[in-house]
Amino acid sequence: MQVPAPFEYQRVSSVGEAVGLLDSLGDTARLVAGGHSLIPMMKLRLANFEYLIDINELHGELGYVVTEPGRMRIGAMTRHRELLESAELAAAFPVFGDAESVIADPAVRNRGTLGGSLCQADPSEDLSAVCTTLDASCVIRGREGERVVSMEDFHRGPYETAVGDAEMLTEVRFPIRPNGSSAFEKVERRAGDWAVVSAGAAVWLDGDGAVADARVGLAAVGPNTAGIPGIGEELRGKAPTEELFARAGDLAAEACDPVTDRRGSAEYKRHLAKELTVRALRRSVARIGASGAGTPGAVQGTGGEGA
Amino acid sequence: MTLSTDATATAPDVVTSFEDNDKKPCGHGRMLRKEDPRFVRGKGRYVDDVQLPGMLHLAILRAPMAHARIVSVDTSLADAHPKVKLVVTGAMLADQGLAWMPTLSNDVQAVLATDKVRFQGQEVAFVVAEDRYAARDALELIDVDYEPLDPVVDVRTALAADAPVIRDDLEGKRDNHCFDWETGDAEATDAVFARADVVVSEDIVYPRVHPAPMETCGSVADFDPVDGRLTLWSTTQAPHAHRTLYAMVAGLPEHKIRVISPDIGGGFGNKVPIYPGYVCSVVGSLLTGKPVKWMEDRTENLVSTGFARDYVMRGEIAATSEGKILAIRTHVLADHGAFNGTAAPVKYPAGFFGVFTGSYDIEAAHCKMTAVHTNKAPGGVAYACSFRITEAVYLVERLVDCLAYELSADPVELRTRNFIQPDQFPYTTKTGWVYDSGDYEPTMQLAQRLADYDELRAEQAEKRARGELMGIGVAFFTEAVGAGPRKDMDILGLGMADGCELRVHPTGKAVVRLSVQSQGQGHETTFAQIVAQELGIPPQDIDVVHGDTDQTPFGLGTYGSRSTPVSGAAAALVARKVRDKARLIASGMLEVSVTDVEWAKGSFHVTGDPTAAVTIQDIAMRAHGAGDLPEGIEGGLEAQICYNPENLTYPHGAYICVVDIDPGTAQVKVRRFVAVDDCGTRINPMIIEGQVHGGLTDGVGMALMEMISFDEEGNCLSGSLMDYLIPTALEVPDWETGFTVTPSPHHPIGAKGVGESATVGSPPAVVNAVVDALKPYGVRHADMPLTPSRVWEAMRGSATPPI
Repeated sequence: MQVPAPFEYQRVSSVGEAVGLLDSLGDTARLVAGGHSLIPMMKLRLANFEYLIDINELHGELGYVVTEPGRMRIGAMTRHRELLESAELAAAFPVFGDAESVIADPAVRNRGTLGGSLCQADPSEDLSAVCTTLDASCVIRGREGERVVSMEDFHRGPYETAVGDAEMLTEVRFPIRPNGSSAFEKVERRAGDWAVVSAGAAVWLDGDGAVADARVGLAAVGPNTAGIPGIGEELRGKAPTEELFARAGDLAAEACDPVTDRRGSAEYKRHLAKELTVRALRRSVARIGASGAGTPGAVQGTGGEGA
Repeated sequence: MTLSTDATATAPDVVTSFEDNDKKPCGHGRMLRKEDPRFVRGKGRYVDDVQLPGMLHLAILRAPMAHARIVSVDTSLADAHPKVKLVVTGAMLADQGLAWMPTLSNDVQAVLATDKVRFQGQEVAFVVAEDRYAARDALELIDVDYEPLDPVVDVRTALAADAPVIRDDLEGKRDNHCFDWETGDAEATDAVFARADVVVSEDIVYPRVHPAPMETCGSVADFDPVDGRLTLWSTTQAPHAHRTLYAMVAGLPEHKIRVISPDIGGGFGNKVPIYPGYVCSVVGSLLTGKPVKWMEDRTENLVSTGFARDYVMRGEIAATSEGKILAIRTHVLADHGAFNGTAAPVKYPAGFFGVFTGSYDIEAAHCKMTAVHTNKAPGGVAYACSFRITEAVYLVERLVDCLAYELSADPVELRTRNFIQPDQFPYTTKTGWVYDSGDYEPTMQLAQRLADYDELRAEQAEKRARGELMGIGVAFFTEAVGAGPRKDMDILGLGMADGCELRVHPTGKAVVRLSVQSQGQGHETTFAQIVAQELGIPPQDIDVVHGDTDQTPFGLGTYGSRSTPVSGAAAALVARKVRDKARLIASGMLEVSVTDVEWAKGSFHVTGDPTAAVTIQDIAMRAHGAGDLPEGIEGGLEAQICYNPENLTYPHGAYICVVDIDPGTAQVKVRRFVAVDDCGTRINPMIIEGQVHGGLTDGVGMALMEMISFDEEGNCLSGSLMDYLIPTALEVPDWETGFTVTPSPHHPIGAKGVGESATVGSPPAVVNAVVDALKPYGVRHADMPLTPSRVWEAMRGSATPPI
């Protein structure tokens, strides 16, 4: 049995208590939420912390999906399974359901959280790509109060975020814009594996059916999950055609920076960045056409739908 | 879903009816497994469940690099840990003469490294502590100073003149050569190749894979210093063989050693070798006088225990332009890792790879093999391969498909045209193997029918016209299982025969004691059914005892699909011996001569008068009860036997796999898999289907995702189940199975082994299907594992070997 090095453990019952402990313990402490990334690393003794602060009791305080005019707020302790099963999330952002249905397995999804996924900052993290796609912003709380950072600013590098030693991520906010939809595509070697490449896309159409805005977020093709800003510029004001999607795919392939590893060659991953961008854009637009927005019933597909 | 040759249905969707698996047979037939009530309740009793008073815990410090000289080992901080009872290094073992132990291939392996570490993960020192947490913590307090050496990672350059010598522990060793092996007739084969119309050559790699059983390896050693007795609970597929080897190595008398192999959570060959950890736990108990438990973790299991495969093969096949296969030859480069830990009969260093001529009647064959050492974990034979037959079958079935590609021949027709014919059995192959029985064409035809093969080809043609990628893969295999005749086969001098003891109690219940040990195969059910079939005692009334050297007769254990061919034969014959004695007692009870009693399952009756009968239960009571027995008959109703098989058994099968490949992402989806197996007499069809389902899943895993890989420094990159992928239910289809029955002529009940058939037959079926799907791209071969990236590279004409 793999066992972590000795550590102290404290369960907290409020965000204030967690932040207070973090403030006094500094970088010797770590928050544990679902624990599906941190604990395996500690068992392998790749990560050793003197203190673990268990925030699972904050699920009542930080586990929520709330729709407000113009935005949706999701608590950092909201679990993958809750994201997968949320009807309002599925209606507003089908990309979430697409991604959640291919993240890990049900056992992990029962425990893992949105905040934990983003704070782990694994370059292959599917939910980071989703949040980038949806132009999310992250609410970070410390002793001094709250601050809000964009996804671009949130991820500082592989396994590094904007959250300081005495801070914690509490909420993720998503702007809601009309007449849009979204989709997620992932290639994996086996169910539950990290992505070889995954791509999220969100498209909004104007009254004439032209693209009002479009965003693409990719995972596993560089040190961070990457938004591709050039894609919005390229697509805005144009009719959503296959040619346009292909141009967006080319942009994605050019913008990404994959490396060869056992999941695949850099060349293949670059190809996937294009292929999956095209498929995710195509599905996003098709979903707008189907219902004016995504529907819960449309989130089952994982790969072949756009083939 | 299952279908047999006598089923009348012509389309597979007609026979999806529910199969009742609880037919309560008094003998062969479908019945639920007797062991499952405890397993499905989570009440199995595994090694890690053993808790003894005062038990201590052992953890092993392992080499962080592949090749390095040990300069110094400082254990003082670990010794000072308040919960640590013992720290042992290689140097300390060397003082006792225990630093090295023999492997199953007459090589030696370090128990703890003394001079050098030779693969990443090799055992360097161990700690015994009050709890398993302290033992792990103390490992970090041991300070080892290493002087790194260049590693040998690439098998192709292991014999280069300037390659570092790994095995400088061996007297006079100047290179990394392990052994050479040859079979067949080189001259005759070359002559046939010279006159053949068509010769196809292909470089084929079978990558290193791992059995990865859910339960890792471990042991609990309990040495009683008063009696001088050692009890060792361990994860072993061969408890008796292990006991004898411990006696020979450790100097403990064999009668003072008891090896108990309790419930085993999967073996697949991984639990055949003796690992250093077992020996460490024994040493730990000897030195502390307390019971000592060692359980390896997942990483330790994947990086240090017996791997499988790792053959780099050049295969060549010669044929006429009409598609008559004439000859096969191959050169194999085998990676045996740092120590030759292959578990195979001594005269067979390449296992049973010699059956690479497959199911075909050919004129000549030749194989030349060179085995080398590298800085990788030792092993070589494991993972449900029937002693390297999976490599052999993969080679020949890929080669036949390459030939079909060159001849534009249908792969089913090409195979069928070259099959060994029924009247040729027993058939001696060009490499000297005597196939006992077989009737291949009906098996292939049933697979075609189940798959609706012609319809699939029509669908494929339509899809190809639309640019869609669909592949149909065919594989046909002949296995050689049930090692083996003791004149030819032994492991370290122990003949591969198996004992069996059967005792019928006074009330007619029975206990049968086996030398083999189940790792999930359902022996408690199958062996009760074998005895039930012979004696008419219901399987529920027969207790199957195994996995304890104090409770069972000697035998070589379970691997290479040998349990039913060898031990199953022993069980049938010992039951017949009991029946023969019962007949004598029955004749006395019925007061007629022995020649006037007849057996009908479960009872003897007077010939011509079925009402004058005594049941086996009546006889059992008489055997133990009051009153006279016939002249010269002892009381009791029991027998024992040691069965030496006359030959191996040779099951066969035809597999058809259908895949779809996404042309945009190169992802492979296994849509259908039809498996028709012929393992002779079928004892419990449900258990056979379970074995087949598991093996097919193994095959999909190896074909599409599994591989133990290393970086240039020799670091193992597959040390967790997130890095070493094994398939889940989501990667495999609903298996479609069928069967034919060609009994073994020399096995007492006609049964052949089946445990590994599917693992042997399925990898080529999946790979052949993927390659078939890629035909529009001009692909004739692509190596496993066929991950999306590797398939995409094959589509672009840039496929590379995985090593």
